[in-house]
Amino acid sequence: MSDIAPTLKPAIGRGFRLQWEPAQNAHVLLYPEGMVKLNVSAGEILKRCDGSRSVAAIVEDLEQAFSVADLTNDVTAFMSIAIERKWIELRE
Amino acid sequence: MNEIPQTSSIAPPPLNPSASSAQTSTPAERAGPPLWLLLELTYRCPLHCAFCYNPTDFARTTEELSTEDWLRVLREARKLGAVQLGLSGGEPLTREDLEIIVAEAHTLGFYTNLVTSGVGLNEKRIKALKSAGLDHIQLSFQDSTREMNDFLSSTRTFDLKSNVAALIKQHDYPMVLNVVLHRMNIDHVEQILDMAERLGADYVELANTQYYGWAWHNRASLLPSRAQVERAEQATARFRQKVGDRMRVFFVVPDYFERRPKPCMNGLGSIFLTVTPDGTALPCHAAKMLPGLDFPNVKNAGVDWIWRDSPAFNRYRGDAWMKEPCRSCPEKHKDFGGCRCQAYLMTGDATNADPVCDKSPHHHLVLEAVARAERAQVAGPGVTRPDETRVLIFRDARNSRTISGCNG
Repeated sequence: MSDIAPTLKPAIGRGFRLQWEPAQNAHVLLYPEGMVKLNVSAGEILKRCDGSRSVAAIVEDLEQAFSVADLTNDVTAFMSIAIERKWIELRE
Repeated sequence: MNEIPQTSSIAPPPLNPSASSAQTSTPAERAGPPLWLLLELTYRCPLHCAFCYNPTDFARTTEELSTEDWLRVLREARKLGAVQLGLSGGEPLTREDLEIIVAEAHTLGFYTNLVTSGVGLNEKRIKALKSAGLDHIQLSFQDSTREMNDFLSSTRTFDLKSNVAALIKQHDYPMVLNVVLHRMNIDHVEQILDMAERLGADYVELANTQYYGWAWHNRASLLPSRAQVERAEQATARFRQKVGDRMRVFFVVPDYFERRPKPCMNGLGSIFLTVTPDGTALPCHAAKMLPGLDFPNVKNAGVDWIWRDSPAFNRYRGDAWMKEPCRSCPEKHKDFGGCRCQAYLMTGDATNADPVCDKSPHHHLVLEAVARAERAQVAGPGVTRPDETRVLIFRDARNSRTISGCNG
C-alpha cells in the first residue's frame, strides 16, 4: 500500500488525542468515549504524525531510530489503516 | 441520561513480524487501572425521563460533593491511570462549577466527555467549556418530533435541543446524538435518523433502554416487541446504506432479545468507576442496588484504596463468586456472567447468571417479559395511546419519594 504520497504530512485526526499512559506502559489514542491502546510500533509512528513532518521524513526518522531499512511499506500500510479509522489525516 | 459508555481497548494490527512479538494482548487484568471514570455530578435534572437509569430513590440524596472534592477525585483517579472521563448526572450543566471541573480534568490529561440533555447549554457556557478543554459533547434526544420528545421527557425541550445541536456544530464539536429507544419510539427510528441528518449529526447512537432504575420500574410500558426491534434494525440498515460514511449509526441491541448476556462493565471492578453525587463510589452506575455491599465514599476514603482494596470493589472481580452455569462455562471470560444488577433484579440473587443467557435456569423470566411485551403491543406502529401515560412513572422528586417510601 504505497498510494500515500511521501510528501503529505500526517496529523492526528480531529477528535483524537495521542498520549503516553504510564499506567498502561503504552501510547494510547483517545477519542469520544473510547481508547485504543497502541503497540510499540504504532505508538512510534503516530507520535511522529504532528502535521509538520512528511511521510518520507517520518519513515527516515524511524529507520534511523530503530536501525532498520526499508520501512516505507510497513509505515504506509499502517497509515492506510490509521486513515481509514480516522486516527490520522493527511495534509498538504 | 441513560448512557452506558464503553471503553474499547484494541490493538492495531502489528506493523511487521518483529513488532508483533513485542505486542502483548494482555487478558483482562482484574485490578488494572479504572480506565473509565464516570462522575455523576448531580441528580438534579430538568428532564423527567421515564427510562432514566438513575436510582428511583435519588430524592434521598440531598447533598452533593463540593468542587474541591470532585477535583480531588479527578487527581486521585488520574494517578491510578483513569483516562476517559464522563461527566453526567442528572444534568451536569446544573453544576455551576462544571467549567472548573473540566479545566482540571483537561490539565490532568483526561479525555473529557459531557453527557447532556442540552438544557442549560448556551453560547456563553459552551465557549467557557471549550476553552476549559472539553473534548466531546453527547446530546440526548428523546424522539424525532416535538410531541414525542417532550412527552417522553415530560418537559418542553425539543426546540431548545435543536438549537443546542446547532451550537455544538458551530463550536466545532462532532455532533453526537444519543436516542434511547423503547416501545413508544422504536417505530420512529427512520424519522429519528432523518432528524439527526438534518441536524448535521456525525454520530448517532440508538441505544435501546437498559432496564435499571426508572426504566426497570416502567419496564412493562417500555419493552418493545421482537418485531419492533427487527423493523428498527432494518430501518437502521437502510439508512446506513443511504448515508454511507457521512454519518455513523450505532444500534445497541436490547439484551432481552439476545441469548448471551452483555459483558457488563467488562466485569465489575475491571475498568469502570462511577462516583455518585454524594460521593459513593460504584463499580457500575446501577450497582448501588446490589445487596450486602458497603460501597465506599470518596469523602472518607482515597480512590486508590477504593479501587484496589475495598471489599465492595473486589466482590465481583475474577470468577470465584460465580455459580453454575457460569462457573464451568467456557464463555465466562467473554461475558463475565453478564450483568450483576440484572441477575439481582430478576432473580433476587446477584451471583446468579444474568437471565438473558439461555443457559440460565432463570432465562424464562426474560422470555416471559418479552412475551408480555408482545401481548401488550398496540395495533399500529408508533401509536402512543393516552392511557399509556397512566402507567409511565416519570422521573421526578415527588415520584422518587413515593416509590422509595420516604417523606421529604
